[in-house]
Amino acid sequence: MKITNKIIENHGLKKEEYKNIQKLLKRDPNFLELGIFSAMWNEHCSYKSSRVHLKNLPTQGKHVIQGPGENAGVIDIGDDDAIVFKIESHNHPSFIEPYQGAATGVGGILRDVFTMGARPIALLNSIHFGSPTHPKTKNLLNGVVSGIGGYGNCIGIPTVAGETKFHETYNENILVNAMAVGHTKKNKIFYSKAKGIGKSVVYVGSKTGRDGIHGASMASAEFDENSEEKKPTVQVGDPFTEKLLLEACLELMKDDSIIAIQDMGAAGLTSSSVEMASKGDLGIELNLEKVPCRENNMTPYEMMLSESQERMLIILEDGKEQHARKIFQKWDLNFVVIGKTTNSKNLVLKYDNNIEGEIPIDALASKAPIYNRKWVKKKVSKNKFDFKKLKKIKLEDALLKILSSPNHSNKSWITNQYDQMVMCDTVQRSGSDAAIIRIHNKDKAIAVSVDSSANYCKSFPSTGGKQIVCENWRNLIAVGAKPVAITNCLNFGNPENEKIMGEFAECIQGIKEACEFLDYPVVSGNVSFYNGTNNKNIYPTPVIGGVGIIEKLSRPINHNLKKIKSSLILIGKTFGHLGQSCFLKENYSIIEGMPPEINLVNEKNNGETILNLIKKNLVLSAHDISSGGLIIALSEMSMSSKIGVKIEKPKMLRNLNEYFFGEDQGRYVIEIDQKNLVEVEKFLKTNNIYYDNLGITQPKYFEIEGEMKLDINDLFKINEQWYNNY
Amino acid sequence: MKSSVIVFPGSNCDRDICVALEKMQFKNQKIWHKETSLPKSDLIVIPGGFSYGDYLRSGAIAGKSLIIREVIKAANAGCLVLGICNGFQILTETGLLKGTLLRNKNLKFINRDVNIKVTNNKTNFSSDYKLEQVLKINIAHNEGNYFTDKNNLEILKKENLIAFKYCDEKGNITEESNPNGAIENIAGIYNLKKNILGMMPHPERMIDKTISNTDGINLFSSLLNH
Repeated sequence: MKITNKIIENHGLKKEEYKNIQKLLKRDPNFLELGIFSAMWNEHCSYKSSRVHLKNLPTQGKHVIQGPGENAGVIDIGDDDAIVFKIESHNHPSFIEPYQGAATGVGGILRDVFTMGARPIALLNSIHFGSPTHPKTKNLLNGVVSGIGGYGNCIGIPTVAGETKFHETYNENILVNAMAVGHTKKNKIFYSKAKGIGKSVVYVGSKTGRDGIHGASMASAEFDENSEEKKPTVQVGDPFTEKLLLEACLELMKDDSIIAIQDMGAAGLTSSSVEMASKGDLGIELNLEKVPCRENNMTPYEMMLSESQERMLIILEDGKEQHARKIFQKWDLNFVVIGKTTNSKNLVLKYDNNIEGEIPIDALASKAPIYNRKWVKKKVSKNKFDFKKLKKIKLEDALLKILSSPNHSNKSWITNQYDQMVMCDTVQRSGSDAAIIRIHNKDKAIAVSVDSSANYCKSFPSTGGKQIVCENWRNLIAVGAKPVAITNCLNFGNPENEKIMGEFAECIQGIKEACEFLDYPVVSGNVSFYNGTNNKNIYPTPVIGGVGIIEKLSRPINHNLKKIKSSLILIGKTFGHLGQSCFLKENYSIIEGMPPEINLVNEKNNGETILNLIKKNLVLSAHDISSGGLIIALSEMSMSSKIGVKIEKPKMLRNLNEYFFGEDQGRYVIEIDQKNLVEVEKFLKTNNIYYDNLGITQPKYFEIEGEMKLDINDLFKINEQWYNNY
Repeated sequence: MKSSVIVFPGSNCDRDICVALEKMQFKNQKIWHKETSLPKSDLIVIPGGFSYGDYLRSGAIAGKSLIIREVIKAANAGCLVLGICNGFQILTETGLLKGTLLRNKNLKFINRDVNIKVTNNKTNFSSDYKLEQVLKINIAHNEGNYFTDKNNLEILKKENLIAFKYCDEKGNITEESNPNGAIENIAGIYNLKKNILGMMPHPERMIDKTISNTDGINLFSSLLNH
């Protein structure tokens, strides 16, 4: 087939990129080779626009065993235990086919984790939808939630935490980010680097079909009105087969038969074979007629670019074939030696002994394009908005308005569709600041949380980037965990647009600053560009997934109030920052101003002090203050426990709305037993922590003295009603 | 007491039930679905999960598997059999238990803690519970909506074969406390000889205060003491 300009364009390659291919090959590529270049050089696989910025992120730390660059990041959590985790996007497929898109997103991230030898122990997700009134939203929401549940529930890994947000910026491009966390022993971590020449390359798992061909390329382009036609490029998931693959792989991993292992994710057989060879500085030769196929007459092109799910590529030690084959046969899975490693440093593709394609590995990997794209700094908006001029609103009305809004309404109608308990190690389920998962058979645990703040990132990306890292850090602190490391999923618009690239560069800068200061390195992640339709880009939406350690599981902390007449203390200083707040958005439809500033020194000091108080057993419950401010945090503590509060008005004369709805950062509410109050206050003073005594807990009523008094059950009903009426 | 846990491809609560049985001092072993004989056991457990992917219909393929023939033989000989969640679905597929499990009324997967009431405490599975005792147990299923015909319902009632019913915190059997639409709030049933129990709630998830509560323990202790 002659390679025409049209064909090149259809493969998502720019003219200059094609010229570059000709130069690297010293000839024209054939159709198969072109497809392989397109799969490896697209944004999704090559990180060509993001690489120059990502390299600035801190990736080292005393707990880090493996940073970015492998299937997932690995951290040391003491003893001989390691935690493997990563987050990944599946935005484009989920918009086209919500159930399968979301399901295979979960399946893909699980494979990334068990490829490294870890048994997955928790799933998390961050999902963003368009406005609830948009005609597509309801269907997308239901499809995505069932897809996430359908996969996780069937494979039997608990889905324990997540966030669901609505905003019109996602009307035509939803975000579905899935995170998986696994546990393994430090001496049982498997990598994707090939070693040795003439070693068997083994294909295991499902058969290859025609689904998902060019999925990665689809994920590297904007949508337009014809996006629906891309449905055939969405993969179809089979969690049952994945469960078998998981068990078979872990069984084989018990000994040292495996040299390298890589899952077939984006760009399937192509990227898995190229990555293993590239890391090992070797060549690889595949005999494609041996690839198990689901359909007749599949061409080498289709085999190499299919994104059929639940498949892995393994490089085996000599003499281990029989042993390995037996395990996969036990689990009724395909096991076929399809090739071998070579010293040619080429990817050689044969079909019935004819060479169908031959490409130097480095042309696909290290020599893939890298762009230092132009970007512009975000300007601070000059028009100062005068919040003082706002029409007066009653505290109670504003609170109820927020609690009944889609973004703040109770999400149990989602989380109840996820099995959160299977594996019987879920100490804290969804609904708290972070979920807590016990390490099986041990008295320790990890805490996990995912967070994003797209509106903050949109209004000022560098502050927004910092804020999400801090909020995520705070969420782990609030359940008594020491934050250790993060994974990030960077969802942005079109990187060829200077403004969007600016949002990306500055968000990364913010993330970097916060991670460095908090000693909270990035160990894995994923970039998703081209989130937008017809030149309308989404808000910059970096999502942070954090993991923390709880060394002793004696008493888990959460945000449920524990008893009547305990003291409530607000940690951190309240300035009453209303810029970009949900108070303004929900009550006045105003989206103005700068996001709240981050003071990293206070952030760290406040967090570490809370952690110390929890360790000393002086905290009954804790909650971080985020969107909606102090009053929302208090109401959540009340609603989850059915215990009321009696809050005094702030002593100094202030605007009540600013005090109660301000979104100043670095703050927490903690509940303290009366008898420990003196000791806690003393400890706070010694540590130079700013705090306010808020009041006490009481039965039945949510009360701000002299302002409002509501039955908690009424509060709860209002918080729950949005979805029931949707 | 010797127990055997049957493991199908797609079972995913097998580890959880094994942990529970071992914690309760059962001498337990896992039996792979391709086995054609069962070791001598006092109790056989069919765990939750998605056996064979629940393709065709939940429990349908497992109900025809090699090992299940042995389970049926043992059950007919009087061995105690406990089917939890997918295990319950499989037992109805084999005919060892009457009735069927339809999709949840709201057509969605449901995972949460629900209250159930012990409606018969005179069996090998329930003797350590008080009659009418209210338990809080986790459910996690797509198809837990128990249904049976009028005749069989009469038999279930007359022979006292209803093991548990969904109820509210105080033990009232109400429509609101029925999570999945099961007929007469039925959460679990026995066979005529009461040596087989099928139930949708997961007692193995409720044996440890750190993660939930201990309302499931007495089911296992009843079996031990029998």
